[in-house]
Amino acid sequence: MTTPLLDIRDLRLVVSLGRSAHHPLLKGVSFQIMPGEAYGLVGESGSGKSVASLAVMGLLKRPLAVSGGEILFKGQNLLALPKREMRRLRGNRIAMIFQEPMTALNPLSTVGRQIAEMFVLHQGKSWGEAEKLAVEALGNVRVPNPDRRAKNYPHQMSGGLRQRVMIAMALACSPDLLIADEPTTALDVTVQAEVLRLIKELCAARGTAVLFISHDLGVIASICQRVGVMYSGCLVEENETRALFEGPRHEYTRGLLGALPRLGSRSEHGRQRLVDIDSIISDRSKLTESRFIAPRDLEGSQP
Amino acid sequence: MRLGFNFWLGATLTALVILAGILAQWIAPFDPVLDADLMSSELPPDATFWFGTDGQGRDVYTRILYGAQISLTVGIVSQVINSIIGVTLGMTAGYWGGWWDDLVNGLTNVMLAIPSLIFALAVMAVLGPGLPSLLIALGLTNWSWTCRIARSSTLSLKSQGYVQAAQTLGYGDLRIMFTQVLPNMMGPILVMATLGMGSAVLSEAALSFLGLGIQPPFPSWGSMLTDARQLIQLAPWAALFPGLAIFLSVLGFNLLGDGLRDSLDPHMRTRKP
Amino acid sequence: MFRFTLRRILQVVPTIVVVALLIFVIFSVVPGTFAASLFADGKRAADPQMIARLNEEFGLNKPLMERFVTYVTDLARFDLGTSFRTRQPVVDLINDRMGASLQLAVAAMAFAIVVGVPLGFLAALRPGSILDTVTMIGAVSGLSMPQFWLGLLMMYLFALQLNWLPSFGYGDGSLRNLILPAVTLGVTPLALLARTTRAGVLDVLNADFIRTAHSKGMSEAKVVRWHVARNSLVLIVTTVGLQFGSLIGQAVVIEKLFAWPGIGSLLVDSVAIRDIPVVQGTILVIVLWFLIINTAVDLVYAAIDPRIKQE
Repeated sequence: MTTPLLDIRDLRLVVSLGRSAHHPLLKGVSFQIMPGEAYGLVGESGSGKSVASLAVMGLLKRPLAVSGGEILFKGQNLLALPKREMRRLRGNRIAMIFQEPMTALNPLSTVGRQIAEMFVLHQGKSWGEAEKLAVEALGNVRVPNPDRRAKNYPHQMSGGLRQRVMIAMALACSPDLLIADEPTTALDVTVQAEVLRLIKELCAARGTAVLFISHDLGVIASICQRVGVMYSGCLVEENETRALFEGPRHEYTRGLLGALPRLGSRSEHGRQRLVDIDSIISDRSKLTESRFIAPRDLEGSQP
Repeated sequence: MRLGFNFWLGATLTALVILAGILAQWIAPFDPVLDADLMSSELPPDATFWFGTDGQGRDVYTRILYGAQISLTVGIVSQVINSIIGVTLGMTAGYWGGWWDDLVNGLTNVMLAIPSLIFALAVMAVLGPGLPSLLIALGLTNWSWTCRIARSSTLSLKSQGYVQAAQTLGYGDLRIMFTQVLPNMMGPILVMATLGMGSAVLSEAALSFLGLGIQPPFPSWGSMLTDARQLIQLAPWAALFPGLAIFLSVLGFNLLGDGLRDSLDPHMRTRKP
Repeated sequence: MFRFTLRRILQVVPTIVVVALLIFVIFSVVPGTFAASLFADGKRAADPQMIARLNEEFGLNKPLMERFVTYVTDLARFDLGTSFRTRQPVVDLINDRMGASLQLAVAAMAFAIVVGVPLGFLAALRPGSILDTVTMIGAVSGLSMPQFWLGLLMMYLFALQLNWLPSFGYGDGSLRNLILPAVTLGVTPLALLARTTRAGVLDVLNADFIRTAHSKGMSEAKVVRWHVARNSLVLIVTTVGLQFGSLIGQAVVIEKLFAWPGIGSLLVDSVAIRDIPVVQGTILVIVLWFLIINTAVDLVYAAIDPRIKQE
């Protein structure tokens, strides 16, 4: 049996609201990601999916703090790692891309330079070499005229292009794990598909595992092999993507899927109101009481 | 609206200054101008003369209390004038646009090109010294920032459709400006005016110090410092207390303005220096 | 960049022209004249014949239009007129004193930047610390203090009591004489720079791209060096530019306090005796300097932030 690349065990996270008051954000979350696997984490805002990823990257700032559990990356507990070691992993072995490409890049620095930073930082290259590698990286994410674009500033690029730059930066050192936190939410629908395809292909080619976070089930379905559903700080269901969509076991998952507007439903069922999730779920407070975590299918689950 | 430490400290200091000014007649032990006894000049602080006496034998404490009246008058009146000019020009420029806007912008740019103390100096040179000229000079000096803020507030309100809606209802321009636009910018304008009070008091002090502002024997804190300069070796307290009074009042206005600004909109901080 | 520079420089011209006209208009209505002010201190009886003769000599009796034309044509030849008091060309008077004023202004601003910016930076990197609180209290105090009062107090302490520094004057032009005036003048810009630098750096630190930088595995030091420093520069440069204006204004008072032979004290003295050509000339020169500095600041700003040139 292959060891998981990322193994999160009973992770607890709190936000402190003053002297001794703590509010739990993650209440004991556990899941694993295998090498090369694309894992989706889905849930509404406030479910804790984003803070979980920040915890993995070690980017939590006061007043957020981990209060229990372990995050094992290739067997090492990231939470116990000294800061210096963590920095060596960050960007290098575990990379992250964020939601807002508009503001995620330094407006006063060229795009090429910002990508080159990765090579100078983690591979000890000189600036000259790094800038050449940056142009290559831009080509890998299919940016046309990469040598010209490398000299552009962020404001001279569209949102889709900027997100490609982010992807280029994140994959520059061929990390083992890419965390993508709502990377397409801020993009136009037409651009979304391209960016998703890019992520899928590049990660598959390099064997990079992906932790894909989104509230959008459609996006998750197109990329991920396995999906975890989060609600209010707990992982309430986890299964292979197809299995989850075809047979959701947890009430919340059923609510999420039920609330999805479906193409062709009018011809099937006649005119219907859009369903909102709360009309499907009877009592929100009971939602975290049950969990349905499907065991992994040990044979034949190919990334 | 959270009112923080800044605000309360500033409000306290400002209240002290106001009280000093209002109650001066009653709580001052001496007369600020007439009780001048050359025999008791340049005395250090003691039981009779709490802050000591100046070169003419006048009680420094009394003159400081009365000086508050002048500082407050200068501060308030100049800022009222400033605000009226700035808001009128800025609001109309933003509202009507066109050549009027260009003209106001040009005028604002010219005003911003002249350092405010220099401009005040020039106006004082024309009008001659004294309190009325000072009020006019300071009132004419710092309206540019208020104007800019009024203009951009007006422009952003215009783009939000309030103005258009009122226009379609048939409201006249003036009515719209006074009932829709003006109330929305009162916050920032108030902040500017409060901070401006501090700046006005400092300018008055500087001008009086140069001999161009309030003339002796009236007890302006600034002119007290002019006299004190000559006596600096013999009677340093004559320089200490008026300056301290200016410092504490301006600190009060500044903290009050900062406190107001922080509770109204923390993003304003990078606007007026 | 070149076109932007050219455009910015050309913008100065209409402003200075308007200012020159404004100055003439303001000072053509000054009540009392230089001649009359000679008698103003009451030591001599006012001699109307003398006053009339002096007025004639200065051309004050000519009609307004004629005076205006003279003014404009003189300006075109860079002739700022002649001082009523000393009969010297105003340009010469200003030239003699320009150096001293520039020295003072540059020294004061340098002091403000060298102390204020690092303080503000450090305060932002350690918000809520003792350094931060002390810096902020110091800053708001510095902004509330009448500069010349601080000057007086420092003069008392360092010059008169401790005798470390000369209490006034230019002396032999050495650094010792420059210290007190420059520090006094520099306190207010210092306070403001500390405050705005801190606010600017804090804003940058909270920006999304800093989170990106951290996610790339950069150490705190590298983040500051590679990303924070340059992005904060914009606000700092802008503040320095704005501060020069009030610095120049305040310099007038400080020059008078320390008997510093610059154009500021020249201005004050001339206003007192109604030496109009000198007043007009000095104000014009001061404004010109201010515009030049502002333009320089704008150009530096555009060099740092590539987004500006697009406009």
